[in-house]
Amino acid sequence: MSNVPSELKFLSSHEWVLIEDDIATVGVSDHAQELLGDLVFVELPDEGDSVSAGDSVGVIESVKAASDTYAPLSGEIVEINSELEDSPERINDDPYGDGWMYKIKMEDADEVDNLLDADSYADSIAEDE
Amino acid sequence: MSQKTPLYQSHLKASAKMVDFAGWEMPIHYGSQITEHQIVRTDAGMFDVSHMTVVDVSGVDSSAYLRYLLANDIAKLSTEGKALYSCMLNQSGGIVDDLIVYWLGGADYRVVINSATREKDIGWLNQHVGDFSDLSLKERDDIAMIAVQGPQAIEKTLSLFDQGSRAVIESLGRFFGTTVGDYFVARTGYTGEDGFELLMPNAMAAECWQQLLDAGVKPCGLGARDTLRLEAGMSLYGTDMDETTSPLISGLSWTLAMQDERDFIGKQALLEEKSNGVKQQLVGLLLKDKGVLRNHLKVITDKGEGEITSGSYSPTLSQSIALARIPSGVSGEVEVEVRNKHLKADIVKFPFVRQGEPCVTNGSMSNE
Repeated sequence: MSNVPSELKFLSSHEWVLIEDDIATVGVSDHAQELLGDLVFVELPDEGDSVSAGDSVGVIESVKAASDTYAPLSGEIVEINSELEDSPERINDDPYGDGWMYKIKMEDADEVDNLLDADSYADSIAEDE
Repeated sequence: MSQKTPLYQSHLKASAKMVDFAGWEMPIHYGSQITEHQIVRTDAGMFDVSHMTVVDVSGVDSSAYLRYLLANDIAKLSTEGKALYSCMLNQSGGIVDDLIVYWLGGADYRVVINSATREKDIGWLNQHVGDFSDLSLKERDDIAMIAVQGPQAIEKTLSLFDQGSRAVIESLGRFFGTTVGDYFVARTGYTGEDGFELLMPNAMAAECWQQLLDAGVKPCGLGARDTLRLEAGMSLYGTDMDETTSPLISGLSWTLAMQDERDFIGKQALLEEKSNGVKQQLVGLLLKDKGVLRNHLKVITDKGEGEITSGSYSPTLSQSIALARIPSGVSGEVEVEVRNKHLKADIVKFPFVRQGEPCVTNGSMSNE
């Protein structure tokens, strides 16, 4: 079983979201990194980009596959984890820590209600495991 | 219903992630594909390749039969035990399969073909028995196969054998195979590293695997096998070549023996293709921009479009590499369309990596 921390919210497309005031930190779940295998390339949005919930904002690529990543919430990209450019394997090693991808300054806190809680996400991936 | 090799339980015990491969449940990796790749480049790794199909060909007519069936010429096998890589073509010069044939001595040959093409190949082999009356084809599904590859592969494999057998195995030249007790040991592989392919009765496979583990050989999955063979510039059937592509446009002209009078299936078509001018070439690509080249991506050249046949990330070069089929005559730089972006790649000769060492630097060969 992969790790699904209870304090996080999720998208069914395997992004996790940590909400702290109006800042949402986004990464990909332990389950997703396990499915993809060794990551070799991460394309992130740019700081200052304005994104809408559901936008494709980047790509993560492993040896075997490429996967789009989607913005879980609308707002402005205020910080990106530029370490991932040279060390994409941080996502494999520590998906909920060093492997975070970017931070969004949220526009609409109500959108948080559209995200999955940890239990629902864990159920959604249970059949893959 | 998927098939399992005699090493299925050994894979589970080693925490393999199993996937379906051509109807077989096979290990894709045992944790990290990149780590396994690097183990083969620097130490010794082993692959269960028992899913591959082994056919023994014997009888007085075996040599004439194989000379008619294969585009490379087994008459080149002048020393017992020597192996030959060849394509088996259809009448239009397309590739039915690629294979390795070992001359076991006398009229006995051993042919190793792909598992994904097993049924088709066996049909093809039988279909062409025709007038070759003294011929026996025997599929050896009683045999398991473990490939041990890497700079330490030979030393670690030797530790499984007694002194007498060791001497025999140590004297094996590259691309030779020999019978050692219950084993057939061949100094062949699909990684660009030195090592052996060990063929043995199914019942011995699990014990052999365990002995190799004890000797410090690490299990490696099909994922690493694919990136290793791509770095080594070795084509994969069904991906880089198939029944619609001839060896001439698949980077396999070097495997064709067509200078002399010998007739073989597909020869006429190849001669025609040559006289009309070969339209395409299989080249290596080295991605200059960030990203990963993938199978089937479009390649844009100044002489028209081409397509990537095998693309991946090269753990040895820390860069993306690919094999691509593009129009003849193109060299230098091309563009690859990746998600509506055009990335720049250099055309390079393959292999990209051989025996642990990169062969390409900044788009040029260093070992030429």
